[in-house]
Formats: sequence, structure tokens, C-alpha cells
Amino acid sequence: MIRVQAEDFDVGAELEAMSKGNHAIGGLCSFVGLVREMAGSADIGAMTLEHYPGMTEKALAEIEAEALERWPLESTLIIHRYGRLEPGDRIVLVAASSAHREASFEACHFLIDFLKTKAPFWKLEETPDGAKWVDARSSDDAAAERWMKD
Amino acid sequence: MLKLLYFAWVRERTGQGSEDVARPDGVATVADLMAWQAGRGAGYAEAFADPARLRVAVNQEHVGADHPVADGDEIAFFPPVTGG
Repeated sequence: MIRVQAEDFDVGAELEAMSKGNHAIGGLCSFVGLVREMAGSADIGAMTLEHYPGMTEKALAEIEAEALERWPLESTLIIHRYGRLEPGDRIVLVAASSAHREASFEACHFLIDFLKTKAPFWKLEETPDGAKWVDARSSDDAAAERWMKD
Repeated sequence: MLKLLYFAWVRERTGQGSEDVARPDGVATVADLMAWQAGRGAGYAEAFADPARLRVAVNQEHVGADHPVADGDEIAFFPPVTGG
């Protein structure tokens, strides 16, 4: 399931909803991304996440479909927020459930790595020197690259 | 017509989030379109000065600079993504 929303989400309730009643699930792995207080040496007051409505949902659905194709999963979830977020706020939740832990761990890792390089979101950070667009990191490209098929 | 969309600092430099433009003569690919954009005035010149800094989606799919451009396409220009 894919959700793109401004409002916060309840991690416990979301994980329960994606596993409740499905007793084929033996493992559920999740990752929660949070707004950090510091980025580099500048104090970050808050950030605003901009996205591309329409393409965002499409890109996330493609990433989810790819995970479902690669691993024997029972359920997957991607929730990504947009709008103004403050340090400590949740930004993103990805989760994958499977009969065994290996597939759920790997799929969860894949979901967040691919999301970071393919989903059209941009972070604008509020710093003491004014608002700054966050630069993409080459380490994120490298992380996604690990999952590329030959 | 082409529907052009801009996000993040590309939107700030062009001064708008979206616009409809007639496909310029001789523009057949994304690279052609970026070269044309760079000649449209100050904000555009700045936004499109270095195409290597930009990413492009045609009809909501990531594409390369050699991707064709056709009437009716939705073409978005933006910096490398930074979500998650």
C-alpha cells in the first residue's frame, strides 16, 4: 500500500493493520525516517518537503511492485509525508512482511534505498543562513545501486 | 502544446510551478528542450545553465536527455531527489 500525506502516522497501528489476520506472516520489518536536528554543521529549525503529485504515487507504486516481484512478501507499506516538518517528526515509513525474516529485511532495505533515489521529493531546510535545498548524496545513489540487477 | 513543470530550486528560478508552451521548432528531445529553455531569459538561463544538475521526467517517468519530446507531453524539470 502507498500513501502520500501531510499528516503524521501511527507506526504501531500501521504495522498492525498490514499484518493483522494474516497468519502466513512470520516476520515484519519496518524503517522509520525522522527529521534530524543537525545537517552538516548548520542548525536545522525545520524543513519543508515538496513533491510531484501524481508522479510521486506512481514512482512509489513502481518501487513497491518491484519489491513484490523480487521477494516472497505478504504485504508492503510505504507512507511518505510532505509539507513542513520539525526535528523529531516522522517523514517516512516503509515496511515489508514475509513468512521469514530474510525477505522482510531485504525488501524493507530495498524499499527505502530505492525511494531515496527515485521518488520525487525535495527537502528545503530552514537554516540560520536562510532556506536551503538539500543536495542529493552520492552515497544514496550507491545504496540504490547495490540493488540493481545485472 | 507541452505542459512544463518545475520543482524545488528549478521552480524558484523559473518563477512558476507549471506552464503550457507550444513545442518550439526543432525541439525533438529533452536535450533540445533544455537548450531552448536556457535561452528564454534570466531565470531560465540560470535554471538550465548546467543540464547535468537537472533530472527530467516525461509523463511522470524518469528519462534521459535523449528521450523524445512530443506534443501533449507533461515534462518536469527538477534537481536530484532528496526524499526519505
